[in-house]
Amino acid sequence: MSTTYAYYPGCSGLGTSKEYDVSSRAVCEALGLRLHDVPDWSCCGSTPAHTVDHVLSCALAARNLALAKATGVDTVITPCPSCLTNLKVAAHHMADPEFRDKVNALLDEPYTGGVQVKSVLQVIYEDVGCEAVAAKVKKPLTGLRLAPYYGCIMNRPPEVMQFDDHENPVAMDRLMEAIGAEAAPFPLKVECCGASFGVARKDIVARLSGKLLDLAAGLQCLAVVTACPLCQMNLDLRQGQINAANGTNHYLPVFYYTQLLAMALGLGDSVVELDKLCVDPRPALAQAARRAAAKGKTATKTPAAPAAPTAQPA
Amino acid sequence: MPTVNLETVHDKGFISEVERRSGQNVALCYQCGKCTAGCPYTFAYDIPVSQIMRWLQAGDRDRILECRSLWLCATCESCTTRCPNGIDVARIMDVLRHMSRQRADNKGGNVKTFWDAFLDSVRAHGRAFEMGIVASYVTRTGRFWTDVELAPKLLPRGKLSLKPHDIKGKEQIARIFKRFEESRRP
Repeated sequence: MSTTYAYYPGCSGLGTSKEYDVSSRAVCEALGLRLHDVPDWSCCGSTPAHTVDHVLSCALAARNLALAKATGVDTVITPCPSCLTNLKVAAHHMADPEFRDKVNALLDEPYTGGVQVKSVLQVIYEDVGCEAVAAKVKKPLTGLRLAPYYGCIMNRPPEVMQFDDHENPVAMDRLMEAIGAEAAPFPLKVECCGASFGVARKDIVARLSGKLLDLAAGLQCLAVVTACPLCQMNLDLRQGQINAANGTNHYLPVFYYTQLLAMALGLGDSVVELDKLCVDPRPALAQAARRAAAKGKTATKTPAAPAAPTAQPA
Repeated sequence: MPTVNLETVHDKGFISEVERRSGQNVALCYQCGKCTAGCPYTFAYDIPVSQIMRWLQAGDRDRILECRSLWLCATCESCTTRCPNGIDVARIMDVLRHMSRQRADNKGGNVKTFWDAFLDSVRAHGRAFEMGIVASYVTRTGRFWTDVELAPKLLPRGKLSLKPHDIKGKEQIARIFKRFEESRRP
């Protein structure tokens, strides 16, 4: 197992998702994963580039693959699913020599293949594993019931993404359970949040992200946990807009899973950065702590409570 | 669904161009409707994605390239993932959007303006500069009130960078765009 990876932070990590970048780096370090930033990395092109042309989009991504390869590591990892998709799609389609030539014709330095692309989530889940994460927990997040929301492209299409299940991914569920939290069964795990339409078509985001918040609240979750900067921004920063458009009154914090890992591993407030979230998560965390305390009391009073029957015989 | 006269609209060249650019065989679609059933954007589309596939089989170039749906597809990959015939429907939508972009009557509107502002930012700085993208979008659309209520949430949290993060190799990025444009010239 290689424990050194090239790290591609992505543009939003410098702005609207700073806390995701900071907590991802801290968690990786705590779990023994060494990261080297892709030197002078550039934007992957995100959604806008592939809506213009696939060769252009792959060229913007492939410049970074070439730079990652030059550092001598075989795997580049990124926290952002949009960057992940663009880097993976470029690597995938550039396996075709004719397409690769077209892409390389746009680049100063050609990319000749040989770099694997994975998400930070994938390496934590597969290369480190839930047991190793659980072994390092200092402050379990008992009582925190979460809606695990993966977003639309972390796992799709499966032929390109090659990670977890494309309809019912579980990596984040299992990691949250490993740190003592509860992952609710969340049927809209891979439904789109409205993606990059927040600026131009707010009504679309209000409708699609509104459905996600309605379901999370309906399932009695105290918060949503996500792995995508765009999903997080739509659900958290725009939660007021969503409430106003839909006549709802949600107040659901939206964490990055790396923030919760960092919290459970006891890595300190400066890397958890809860103050960066727009919906204040402290009431939800306090409620989780109260639930945990109540559960602790019940557990000590009735140590051997018999399991309730799940169904009455007909 | 309106009827179509195949003698007047069936544009074989259009079908083969979409197939060549997307690498997909459009004849494989048997109209099960699964893509439309799973598409989160059907409520906003003027033509549902399964019907776009049907018009594509009929070769109705104008109807497709002028439709609004192409610009509201978020490439969430639901259709591609679930197509029982393995058609990469999202890639076809993307290719149709590329072709629509070349027409003055495309329905890209503000969505296209936002995406163009994003790419201009990448071309200038090498990375996307969020504040600059929104400023450019607002200037081009005249929608000065866009998301102004979000600034007080972002600024005190230090989540809105006020200056771009130019990379050292930004000229390399500008050259990618320049070569791309040159490759497009007839």
